[in-house]
Amino acid sequence: MATLRLEIVTIEGRVFDDEVNMVIAPGVEGVMGILPRHAPLLTRLNFGELQIKKDGQADQFYAVGGGVMEVQGTQVIVLAESAEHVDAIDISRAEEARHRAEERLAQASKDQIDFDRAEAALRRSANRIKLARRHRQKGGYGVQTPDNR
Amino acid sequence: MASVREIKRRIKSVKNISQVTRAMQMIAASRMRRAQEQALASRPYAAKAWELLMHFAAQGIDVEQLHPLLARREVVKNVGIILITADKGLAGGYNGNVIRKVTRYMQSEGHEDASIVAVGKKGRDFMLRFGRKVIAEFTDLPPRPTSFDVAPIARLAIDGFLNGEFDEVHLAYTDFINTLTQTPTIRLLLPIQPSAEQMSEVMRDYITDTKPMTKAPYIYEPDPETLLDAILPSLTELQIYQAVLESRASEESARMVAMRNATENAKELIGDLTLTYNKARQAAITKEMLDIAGGAEALSQASK
Repeated sequence: MATLRLEIVTIEGRVFDDEVNMVIAPGVEGVMGILPRHAPLLTRLNFGELQIKKDGQADQFYAVGGGVMEVQGTQVIVLAESAEHVDAIDISRAEEARHRAEERLAQASKDQIDFDRAEAALRRSANRIKLARRHRQKGGYGVQTPDNR
Repeated sequence: MASVREIKRRIKSVKNISQVTRAMQMIAASRMRRAQEQALASRPYAAKAWELLMHFAAQGIDVEQLHPLLARREVVKNVGIILITADKGLAGGYNGNVIRKVTRYMQSEGHEDASIVAVGKKGRDFMLRFGRKVIAEFTDLPPRPTSFDVAPIARLAIDGFLNGEFDEVHLAYTDFINTLTQTPTIRLLLPIQPSAEQMSEVMRDYITDTKPMTKAPYIYEPDPETLLDAILPSLTELQIYQAVLESRASEESARMVAMRNATENAKELIGDLTLTYNKARQAAITKEMLDIAGGAEALSQASK
């Protein structure tokens, strides 16, 4: 089957670089699936989940915190503000970050820039927590048990 | 000749100095490695961001019209220079080199009145002493700077450029080539030009393709302006971030080399002093023996 070359990079380094079969990305105008030979595309990314499909392997999921994605031919480049594999997310740290962001958000109402930053931090940490929880449950999507809510 | 005790004291103090310089050398070496790793890690992102921008430019749309950060000004009157130096000295020619580069540049380009944004105490102190216009200072960046630490610098540059305070913003820093070579560099930061010239030399090796693979028109979501709005400020921030890291690696390697030289000089000095000390000691012993022999001779003569 035809493949795509997917690269995910952040300022701190290269997060992912491999041949894959399909990428499902959180575009600002909706979630989109990219297959090989997709039309050239440039889009902003939302806070959300990036899913990677590869034959013969379990799907991989990354928590993406905004950025830009470029698709051309068989190449996909994701320039992410932040990106990490869901298995690598430290939930307690993300909880702390969310808490901090909420506090800052409450204080920063006067300054637009501070407000934007705090809001972005809040959304990023909330996204991390949501994805990490969802993927660590046995059943995958859906069922929530009281202790992991 | 200096007294034996005096020489001994000097040997001891030189030894102490050499211990300090050796410790500083070790610290600088480990810090340099860290800064280097960080600088290397940010390069793929920078390379991809540049490629993306060049693909944009290759689409045939007039990018200069599309976003104010890309628009060149006809007359360049007010120039801003972001000068990245160290907070501390004892780093050989590191601070002097980049400062000299900037002052030469200001003279040769006729931008004597350029506004300086000083990152690092050494550059700030120098520019203030010579009565240059220092409009902002960012000192005491943490040893492991993050993109958060440089964000305010980028804001200042972007806001200043957009509201007309600067017609151009330049970035003066030190490119880290290797442990022995660091090159002071001045590069145009704003307006952003999607061409190879604006990239640092080390970055050019990372860029693999400058033209898009396909001729088909791009689909933009939501639209080119919004996309550029997302890419350009972060590219500016990234360039400053990288410059800070390159400078940091350069600073520490310059300091490491300087401290190694100092340690070696101290060793040489200790050798010289030890030789003098031994000579002085020998001379003292000889003198004493002559005294004793002379005294004994005098005694035997007297008893005759």
